[in-house]
Amino acid sequence: MRFSSRVVPLPHDNVDTDQIIPARFLKTTGKEGLGRVLLFDWRYDSSGNPRPECVLNRPELAGAAILLAGDNFGCGSSREHAPWALADFGFRIIISTSFADIFRGNCLKNGILPIALDPAVHARLFQLTADMPEGEIVVDVEAQSLRAQDGMTVPFALDSFDKKCLLEGIDELEYILSYLGLITEYEKNIREA
Amino acid sequence: MPGKTLFDKIWDHHVVLAEPGYPSVIYIDLHLIHEVTSPQAFQGLRTRGLGVRRPDRTVATMDHIIPTRDQQAPMSDPLALQLVRQLEANCAESGIRLYGIGNPQNGIVHVIGPELGLTRPGMTIVCGDSHTSTHGAFGALAFGIGTSEVEHVLASQCLLQRRPLTFEVRVEGCLPQGVSAKDVILALIARIGVGGGTGHVFEFTGSTIRSLDMEARMTICNMSIEGGARAGMIAPDDTAFQYLAGRPFSPAGSGWDAAVAHWSSLRTDETAVFDRQVTVDAGALEPMISYGTTPGMTAPISARVPDPDGIADPSRRSALAKALAYMGFVPGQPLLGQPIDVVFIGSCTNGRLADLRDAARVLKGRRVNPRVKTVIVPGSRPVMAAARDEGLDEIFRAAGAEWREPGCSMCIAMNGDELAPGQYCVSTSNRNFEGRQGKGGRTMLASPLTAAASALAGAVADVRMWLK
Repeated sequence: MRFSSRVVPLPHDNVDTDQIIPARFLKTTGKEGLGRVLLFDWRYDSSGNPRPECVLNRPELAGAAILLAGDNFGCGSSREHAPWALADFGFRIIISTSFADIFRGNCLKNGILPIALDPAVHARLFQLTADMPEGEIVVDVEAQSLRAQDGMTVPFALDSFDKKCLLEGIDELEYILSYLGLITEYEKNIREA
Repeated sequence: MPGKTLFDKIWDHHVVLAEPGYPSVIYIDLHLIHEVTSPQAFQGLRTRGLGVRRPDRTVATMDHIIPTRDQQAPMSDPLALQLVRQLEANCAESGIRLYGIGNPQNGIVHVIGPELGLTRPGMTIVCGDSHTSTHGAFGALAFGIGTSEVEHVLASQCLLQRRPLTFEVRVEGCLPQGVSAKDVILALIARIGVGGGTGHVFEFTGSTIRSLDMEARMTICNMSIEGGARAGMIAPDDTAFQYLAGRPFSPAGSGWDAAVAHWSSLRTDETAVFDRQVTVDAGALEPMISYGTTPGMTAPISARVPDPDGIADPSRRSALAKALAYMGFVPGQPLLGQPIDVVFIGSCTNGRLADLRDAARVLKGRRVNPRVKTVIVPGSRPVMAAARDEGLDEIFRAAGAEWREPGCSMCIAMNGDELAPGQYCVSTSNRNFEGRQGKGGRTMLASPLTAAASALAGAVADVRMWLK
């Protein structure tokens, strides 16, 4: 599994899930089509016109699969609408220095790989993205390596189970349900309090 | 061998399976659901041809999108109505107990769980809502989950989880006059940052915590997620047991004695070691208020707005500059005296009876500044009824505040209760993110005491001046 893409830089720390998808767009019973409202209030002004300064509105970055984000990306609300919107917009890889716990788990369940890098490497990627906006980052999931726009190659950490799920398309619920017997056995011994 | 923390004891007790290289399969005792993050999970079950495995361990409420006025009237928002109807249908089909709109037990999910005695020490509790950490005040391991995980729990009553690290937050000393639980948790977040607890579970310990009532403890655990920790917990003690005694779902008779005996064992061993530790001096705290767009951008009420130029780290500097631009603040301006437009008292953080009593203490016999729209939203129907019994609603009305029906209301602004662009609001809720209380709205997080004092002053106020 390999991704090669131009990079959308979003150099802000602590981008919360209320920014990623404002609460007024959670009034839906489906998961589809939420890319339209991704980072809505950053992308559009109060009249609904695209803000030219917002990186997501740059036509040359349309279809990019890699988001380069600031520290603690996805903090706040547990809404899975955030990764649904990111995935629907086309993102498959998010690179940062750290991710909020719930958001990180939600990403992995929706085919988005969150990659946490050392701050120095992360800062260098922002610099390279500014210097070489047409350059691409290549992410090799099997090899757990990332090749920057200038050819610099860095390894990244990836939990073995998460890797297996991404590569083999393993479904967490099917894994849990394969142990239904153990779950039933556990329930017989529960201390009710 | 070191002893176990409270977290370790509850986690270890709930491991169904731990295979090397795999996350653990953890059993979930109680699953709380609401209208906004559950529809896709039920749809997922249908797609898989699965049902709800343990409807008896799932409880539903409506809180996020319901109106706080005329709740019995037909809902005017068709999208909100669709979510309400969907939850009703899903619960009916699956046999899940639902405390819907107007039900005498209805309220915010994290208010009614404890009220009903559904929340009990030693349990694992999850909900598709990040403030599930609230229930940790009872010595439960409680955390927010995404909708995929809601589906996993509905189908299996289990979750796949990696064991988090532990983080002791020791709070020692007497809280000064005018300083409350909200100030303690805001001060902690200001100190460790909004990502400070990532990967960890907080345990709040120390003499200050022991002296707090359950409602104050819930306020503290509630905002664990704002410090990056998915869960926060407090060892159960007599204060917790007394709160739970006689609740509708609490054990009774001889079952009660057995439960208390078990619950009393749920405490961190003296020889246990936490992965991280921080100590907060409660006696040195002031009322706190946020000035920026993350809960970490919070300062003592007597402070001035910080100057981005004084921050060496470039990303923190630019984040502060961006936040101040959004908030319309200039570096060096005092927080006290900042004019405000709205005060919101409510939410799963501060919508309980003790919070309303705090607000009433300040508002009694006074009038809010006519410039300020003051909205007071009880966290549940039982809170609303208890407040009425004590005459708090009359105090609020006489002060010129609006007394509403229960719901999440202006904390998440999904139900029509929201700020207009540019408005300033002193809010007892938990998040001051851009647009959280309405597009362009500017939120300043504070305690119910500070919120009430600010409503009177028409500006950010020091409640200590009003309590004299």
